[in-house]
Amino acid sequence: MQITDETIEYVGILAKLELSDEEKEQAKNDMSNMLEYVGKLNELDTDGVEPMSHTFSVHNVFREDVVTNGDDRENMLKNAPEQKDGAYKVPKTFD
Amino acid sequence: MSKAYETVIGLEVHVELATRTKIFCGCSTAFGGAPNTHTCPVCTGMPGSLPVLNKEVVNKAIAVGLATNCTITQNCKFDRKNYFYPDNPQNYQISQLYYPICRNGKVEIEVDGKKKWIGIHEIHMEEDAGKLVHDPYTDSSLVDYNRSGVPLIEIVSEPDMRSAEEVIAYLDKLRMTIQYLGASDCKLNEGSMRADVNLSIREVGAEEFGTRTEMKNLNSFKAIARAIENERERQIDLLESGEKVIQETRRWDDAKEYSYAMRSKEDAQDYRYFPDPDLVPILISDAWLDEIRAKQPEFREEKKARYQEEYGLPEYDADILTGTKKLADIFEETVALGANPKKVSNWLMVETMRLLKEHEMDAEDITFSAENLAKLIKLVDSQAINSSVAKEVFEIIFDKDIDPDKYVEEKGLKTVNDEGALRATIEKVIADNPQSVEDYRNGKEKAIGFLVGQTMKAMKGKANPGMVNQILKELL
Amino acid sequence: MDLSMTAVELGKKIRNKEISVVEATTAYLDSLEAKDKDINAFVTIDREGALARAEEVQKMIDDGTLTGPLAGVPVAIKDNMCINGMLTTCSSKILSNFVPTFTATAVEKLEAAGAVIVGKTNMDEFAMGSTTETSYYGETKNPWDLARVPGGSSGGSAAAVAAEEVPYALGSDTGGSIRQPAGFCGVTGIKPTYGRVSRYGLIAYGSSLDQIGPLAKDVTDCATILEAICGKDDKDSTSVKEAGDDFTSALVDDVKGMKIGIPKDYLGEGLDPEVKDAVLAAAKALEAKGAIVEEFDLSLVEYAIPAYYIIASAEASSNLERFDGVKYGYRTEEYTDLHNMYKKTRSEGFGPEVKRRIMLGSFVLSSGYYDAYYMKALRTKALIKGAFDKAFEKYDVILGPVAPTTALKMGESLSDPIKMYLGDIYTVSVNLAGLPGISLPCGQDSNGLPIGLQLLGKHFDEKSIIRAAYAFEQTREYQRPAFAVEREA
Repeated sequence: MQITDETIEYVGILAKLELSDEEKEQAKNDMSNMLEYVGKLNELDTDGVEPMSHTFSVHNVFREDVVTNGDDRENMLKNAPEQKDGAYKVPKTFD
Repeated sequence: MSKAYETVIGLEVHVELATRTKIFCGCSTAFGGAPNTHTCPVCTGMPGSLPVLNKEVVNKAIAVGLATNCTITQNCKFDRKNYFYPDNPQNYQISQLYYPICRNGKVEIEVDGKKKWIGIHEIHMEEDAGKLVHDPYTDSSLVDYNRSGVPLIEIVSEPDMRSAEEVIAYLDKLRMTIQYLGASDCKLNEGSMRADVNLSIREVGAEEFGTRTEMKNLNSFKAIARAIENERERQIDLLESGEKVIQETRRWDDAKEYSYAMRSKEDAQDYRYFPDPDLVPILISDAWLDEIRAKQPEFREEKKARYQEEYGLPEYDADILTGTKKLADIFEETVALGANPKKVSNWLMVETMRLLKEHEMDAEDITFSAENLAKLIKLVDSQAINSSVAKEVFEIIFDKDIDPDKYVEEKGLKTVNDEGALRATIEKVIADNPQSVEDYRNGKEKAIGFLVGQTMKAMKGKANPGMVNQILKELL
Repeated sequence: MDLSMTAVELGKKIRNKEISVVEATTAYLDSLEAKDKDINAFVTIDREGALARAEEVQKMIDDGTLTGPLAGVPVAIKDNMCINGMLTTCSSKILSNFVPTFTATAVEKLEAAGAVIVGKTNMDEFAMGSTTETSYYGETKNPWDLARVPGGSSGGSAAAVAAEEVPYALGSDTGGSIRQPAGFCGVTGIKPTYGRVSRYGLIAYGSSLDQIGPLAKDVTDCATILEAICGKDDKDSTSVKEAGDDFTSALVDDVKGMKIGIPKDYLGEGLDPEVKDAVLAAAKALEAKGAIVEEFDLSLVEYAIPAYYIIASAEASSNLERFDGVKYGYRTEEYTDLHNMYKKTRSEGFGPEVKRRIMLGSFVLSSGYYDAYYMKALRTKALIKGAFDKAFEKYDVILGPVAPTTALKMGESLSDPIKMYLGDIYTVSVNLAGLPGISLPCGQDSNGLPIGLQLLGKHFDEKSIIRAAYAFEQTREYQRPAFAVEREA
């Protein structure tokens, strides 16, 4: 299928990627080619085939409801690009 | 003249489950920790971390599903809901779309004596987000992930409600049921129960639903009622003026009593759900369901009947006491400590209700213990304190859950039963109030009440009222 | 010290006190610091930490706490596995400053076995690629020919082992990322059954496909390492405890009666004739040892790559959402608001291949396309697994090439993504079906480049492929790249 500018724009919003005009053109081509290529799957008759998200019959893996974690805040916050008062600081989310 | 409209309402209710730990990690769910002190690599979305499901979340979700007449999905899975926001550390929320744990339930509500079933479309399990606080000093937002990963269930109703009253009745029913299960405390003001209202209007008699909006940020029953009324009018105005209702999410500002659209061009509302590959399917066997069924508690209707039968309480009392799980629990615990059921009921229905109203509290906020209420009733029964002192002491118990035995002792509030002391006081009261004495002697029986009052006042309320009456009559 | 020793050989010498742990660690560190200027197999080299750890491990060997085969042996870890306190970048700019607060379970298990970690190896950014050219930290070179790629995405780990910079390394395999670089670099690597090794601490690319596994000089090393890192982990819901994890017991030179199938579909168009000849010769060698070898139709082979790229990209688009400049990693310098910060951070932080796959993955999951692409791929995956199940009713092991060619020249495949993806044709279906696979050298082409042989097994039957690989390995000598031999002096 042919990918339009609008689609690239829309996917950019979903994926939070900002592409330059050149990158957009490239992405349009790449995605069109790739979708054409993976369109090969349409040759396959998959009617009635159950989609397989998990390969194995592993199920019911649980934790008990017991507190196991302590406070490791200082250590974890070391990775934060910006922090204040023990919290992660981000551009404002309120108007 | 405008047309007649019908309001069609469906609810999405989020309830925080009362587990000790988060849904996918061993962090505490306790309230009130300093920011990010209840976090780990899993609930802060650190690369390489993986979720492992807390079994108690499944147990509680099933219990709620069974109590709301749902079919339990015996092969259920988790999906990822993808959207970017700083309170969502992975930028996807682990939730359930394709195989929610409960489906096709219903609960019965009653409004103005009319009973009605409200359908439950589904209940799914998911993780809560963190908290964002605006920092005015830097004009930025601060993220606290302590709530990130706290287990939630989302109860999605069918669009079966037609008025704010029905919505409130439905929420009340859900709250009561879930509280009785011990699955959550369901406090709207603290956010452990949150309701989003989906509302549309249509002309009376129309078959098709109108376009609906979703209203968020409703923190009290009153706010819900106001928001419904406001949104109903807004939509009718739009239609009457020939405009269209736009399907959108709106945020209610209760202080300003209006709502606004939460639209952003960066917000595509395309969540790209897909099965979470990090979690394995949950197979719920019949035996597991039976186990949870066997543990279901006595719900309100059964309790109400039992209170009347077992304790001989009037229906009115039983209705109020079972109105919240908390009241019913205190009632039963106090009775179990040997207190007379009717007396316990009176304390809860009269004084407790009065104080709750005065402090604008819900019954769930009650902090006093059954032990101290039982002790207080015993003090009154044994005439160690009189009823007016008891009321005073109860206020302190309500406030600080003090031990009434100790308190009465320390403050010297015990009723004075010493006849000599009473007699001396009463003699003085008679001497000081000749007019009342004369009135009484002239046949004005009521005058004795004034004299009793004066005596009690002089004794700082601690006199044994029976003895005061007796001595007064004797001396007069 | 002889750096061409295998991990198990070195471990033995350490236990016998012929070499101290510090001596061995120093020797490898010296070697790798010198060689890596040419190879660039490492993103991080931790000399100080490794030497301190070496002394600690020596004490534990001396006091009898550590007695295992890997005690004291240096190792390198692919840079997508978290190690507490050590820079972990996934070869991406967006994690250029990320220091994890916890260690991946597989690495923890190696540490418990007495491993000495010397550093983190280079890879394709977020494991997306087959050449290690998409790394933000520069491409890794193939020790057999510095003008060629080492394969990928575990190219750093494979090159480091081949260049004798470390005796062994951990890699991860989502669509061939252990097996293909092992093949290109002439070393041995195992992609275990999905669930055999915990993924906890492995920075996810395609969560339903990713597995950690060993890269080393021979089958014995790989079996020994796998034995150390496998097992059920309470922190990874998809990890399992399954029997058949005594891998070293399968190190026997006996394939009599073993049924080996060669998919005809793996020998067709696109396969380099020299690779084909070497692989068929390997099959002959096994047949000579008593295995029953025959060709069969596996079917569906051409659908594996499309299904793989849909599933892997979809999962990756979600897995990589967390890199947003909020909690860790790179954040753009200037931004106007929240969404602008997200977009600039991610656009500057991710390289082109990663962006390409995130875009594709976001698209195939988006409203209106989910069924046509993602669900279709999951149904295809079910069919592919069914085809393998059917084949394994008949065969113990499936034999074939690892890749259609030997190592490509630098830059050759970057220009055409689909051409690069096609190189994964023999490896991706194994990940889709969750099967174990081993890659080991079986010859050289006319350019003197190693050719890889791939053996696939049933779920949790790594032992059969280890046995077949071991038996084949006995028929030939380990070949060292000239680079390693020359630098020995």
